[in-house]
Amino acid sequence: MDMNRRDVLKALGLAMGTTAGVALGGGRASAQTDVPVGSLLDGTGPINIYGRPMIDSTTFAVEDINSSGGVLGKKLRLVQIDAQSDNQLYAQFATKLLVEDKVAVLMGGITSASREAVRPVVDKYKQVYFYNEQYEGGVCDKLVFCTGVTPAQQLGTLIPWAAKEYGKKFYTLAADYNYGHISADWVKVFLQKAGGTLVNQEFIPLDVVNFDSVIKRIEGAKPDVVMSLLVGGNHIAFYRQFAATGLKGKIPIVSATFGLGNEQVVLSPEEAEGLVVIYPYFQELDNATNKEWVQRWRKRFGNDSAYITDSACTVWNGWHLWAAAVNKAGSLEREAVIKALESGLTFKSPEGEIKLDPASHHVVHTVHLAKVNKSRGFSIIKTYPNVPPTDTMQVCDLVKNPNQATQYTPKF
Amino acid sequence: MDLLAVTAFGIVYGIATLVLLALGLAVIFGMMGVINLAQGEFLMLGAYTVLLTTAHGGSVWAGIALAPLVVGFVGVAVERTVIRFLYGRTLDTMLATWGLSLALIGIVTLGFGPTTEGIATPLGHVAVGRYSVAHYQGFVIAVALGSLGLTWGLFNWTRFGLVARATMQNASMVAGLGVNPSRVYMGTFAFGSALAGLGGAVMAPLTGVVPTFGLAFIAKIFITVIVGGPVILLGTTTAGGVLGLVESLVSYASTPIYGQVAMLVFAIVLLRLLPQGISGFWRRGV
Amino acid sequence: MLWAGVVLALAALPLSLSLFQVVRLTVFMVFCLLALSLDLIWGFGGILSFGQAAFFGVGGYAYGVAGINTGLSLVALVVSTAAAAALAALLGYFTFYGRVSAMYFAVITLTVTLILHQVMGTTADPRYAIGAARLGGYNGMTNIPSLALELPGRPAAVLEPVPLFYVVAGLLLAILALCRALVASPFGRVLAAIREDEGRTEMLGYDVRWRKLVVFVLSGAIAGLSGGLFAGWGNFINPQVFSLSQSALVVIWVMVGGRGTLYGAIVGALVVQFLTSYLGAASVSYTSVALGLILVTIVLLFPRGLVPALIGALARLIARPRAASEPA
Repeated sequence: MDMNRRDVLKALGLAMGTTAGVALGGGRASAQTDVPVGSLLDGTGPINIYGRPMIDSTTFAVEDINSSGGVLGKKLRLVQIDAQSDNQLYAQFATKLLVEDKVAVLMGGITSASREAVRPVVDKYKQVYFYNEQYEGGVCDKLVFCTGVTPAQQLGTLIPWAAKEYGKKFYTLAADYNYGHISADWVKVFLQKAGGTLVNQEFIPLDVVNFDSVIKRIEGAKPDVVMSLLVGGNHIAFYRQFAATGLKGKIPIVSATFGLGNEQVVLSPEEAEGLVVIYPYFQELDNATNKEWVQRWRKRFGNDSAYITDSACTVWNGWHLWAAAVNKAGSLEREAVIKALESGLTFKSPEGEIKLDPASHHVVHTVHLAKVNKSRGFSIIKTYPNVPPTDTMQVCDLVKNPNQATQYTPKF
Repeated sequence: MDLLAVTAFGIVYGIATLVLLALGLAVIFGMMGVINLAQGEFLMLGAYTVLLTTAHGGSVWAGIALAPLVVGFVGVAVERTVIRFLYGRTLDTMLATWGLSLALIGIVTLGFGPTTEGIATPLGHVAVGRYSVAHYQGFVIAVALGSLGLTWGLFNWTRFGLVARATMQNASMVAGLGVNPSRVYMGTFAFGSALAGLGGAVMAPLTGVVPTFGLAFIAKIFITVIVGGPVILLGTTTAGGVLGLVESLVSYASTPIYGQVAMLVFAIVLLRLLPQGISGFWRRGV
Repeated sequence: MLWAGVVLALAALPLSLSLFQVVRLTVFMVFCLLALSLDLIWGFGGILSFGQAAFFGVGGYAYGVAGINTGLSLVALVVSTAAAAALAALLGYFTFYGRVSAMYFAVITLTVTLILHQVMGTTADPRYAIGAARLGGYNGMTNIPSLALELPGRPAAVLEPVPLFYVVAGLLLAILALCRALVASPFGRVLAAIREDEGRTEMLGYDVRWRKLVVFVLSGAIAGLSGGLFAGWGNFINPQVFSLSQSALVVIWVMVGGRGTLYGAIVGALVVQFLTSYLGAASVSYTSVALGLILVTIVLLFPRGLVPALIGALARLIARPRAASEPA
């Protein structure tokens, strides 16, 4: 019999189809004496400068919860997946975690794009989702809880302080994507309230490394302060080139984004010292909870492990808020957990005391103003407790209107 | 007046950066037809060499001098284990080097973590009217010119260069004359990698060095090399000059977003009008 | 007929697979369709295009815009196909009638994709909206409607997840059949001639330009359709579809599977996607390294792609006993 290529291909196709079916066949059934929980973050790819500390914090948080008895007396079983900085993989893996692993809660997403790829999946298969990272605010979804710090919380405190400390003329440099645009709009709002003026605002694409033209324009405009909302590894070049041109001593820089990707480690002290930032969490915070936490973190991950970022603390907050809610609700059932999460939970976080606002599903943070110091870390200048997420609270009330699943953008 | 001066300097600087970073790929692609998608990672390795040197107490300059040697060595290793088997198969090398790029980024991340302590820009600055310019930018321009000169010298005045050019034109003839083309390819690839190492190293004190450092450059230098055409030095310089000029001018006049888009659109127009690239109507060579 | 066998196997799959596997396989098949579009223009047309990601993305965004504004997903799917085809027509005319060489054609398609990436990334402001659909910048377009069967007078029946699987599988098979028919047709034969030697074909009197344009528009349309299906599957689309990695990924799928066989594109897309998916779930740190090394290994060991290598191996296995039984 003469077999030609076409016949071989057909046979191959059929064989493969059936083999695939057999190999993939059947879901996984297992007797659950533990509680599966899912984490979806970027361990590889460009976003991993934010992702790696968050992954460590996830592991640490779950271990911590388990060591104090888990939830409802059962231990948590963590399923961690690397989304490889790929939004399409976020959608796929979120489906896997919710549908196949049947996790009791999904935590993850770093960029807003990744969160928006996960939300449809969460809304489709209905499970609680925690987004634990700084972002532009506005998400209003019954199933979603955003524990990260938002522009109103950072800029609302930073800008009045900077206007008083340095002067009223601001120059905004923002990363050219949603977070940058929305934050830049908030800068205008708070600047106006503080009686300041915006000399210019520029949006820089995320892959720009040559800031020569930008720096020349800043020099020409002579602002009192540069307000930086630059993001990512490539934008670190701005601070470097700014210092190289000798401007560092002349024009102060304040930022709501510097430090999240450990920029103060990449830059040398002579380039970054004195830069002012604002976050809920810094490794150097002087309260008892944090001192103990940092000690335990170093013990777990090694004495020379990387600087602990605000994102790491946000992740820690998220897991503990959820665990507290489950224990309060006495059940893993979704509606009960959401009700518990909306009951005004508080938590003694390493950043200070935080509260999960029932209506907006966002967190009331304690924010700290800090300056980059000589040893690639931060020195705390000022503390502001109980700063509410007004940007989201203004538009989102999930207690009154629970049937929402969207992200609002502020209208100015 | 001072604004004009610093803008002009900035434009020259922008062009020099592009040419310096693209030169290694131009050599590899122009001489051997290999599309090395891991070129960005060679840049990254050069930058990391500088970081490691300074972390161990060496000076920035020592690091920059060391980088071409280190990355050249890596280039030899890559050529011997992967590229060597794929000559003539342009797209297969593209696929293999893409895999290599992923692996290199992964390995560096595992070894050094996603962020590493970096170094400040050396050499200070000078005032030009109301503006100031970093001396180091002048250094970058000097290195770019030096690399061009070095490449020209290597390929036109040395025996290796002569043999390399001959191999590019007719490999079997060269083999018949007693030279092993395989070793010529290895040497050329090593040189191209070394150039990349130098370029990345020089950029290290100006940017934030992270494992994904190379990804910001690969598309740009790839397009520059293709637009440049088959004559390496003339093509790369002209393409780098033209595209760099367009990007810089538009960036200075408006914002970097339009600068990037303008450069890309201009590249398309050039490719449409000059079917063989800018130097295509010249001869094939260096 | 073995086709019937394949159809039956596909029909039976969702019954034996878990829900997640069905959902995942659906998006894998969408990517197979995208890979198929590249193999059509590249494997058979001999024209390397880095722009399939551009058509995929344009299709996805077009589906989003049409879907959000009209609420009719099937209409949106048609719009996505048409929009991508229009872009392909424009680009094809610009390049083929301008007699751009093959390498530069590839770079031009890549550059167009990168331009789209840049431009779509700057649309974060709410004023960048088409009708009710906000483009959304880097966050992308959200609240895109799922594929649903909209019959007049009845509420829309959302096709999720098993019906969606069947729709995508059906479309994949239909388009595969269409491509095979095209390749075997007289048009396909001229296309093969163009691939082998364009100059000679021209001298035989065939106008290569419009033929290349037609096949390019077709491949663009298929890529656009896959983009629309993707947007309907995930209910989102963002500029990452226009990135350099996505463009290269389509080429990688076809290369891994083996180009010029159509089945190779499907196999390649499946293999690479399964690998990426498996590695991501298996570890959080080693994904890049593992995937990179596997790709390098595949290129070195299987020079013509997996499908030709498998066929070769199978053919050798079948040929051996036959040779042994022949009289000396």
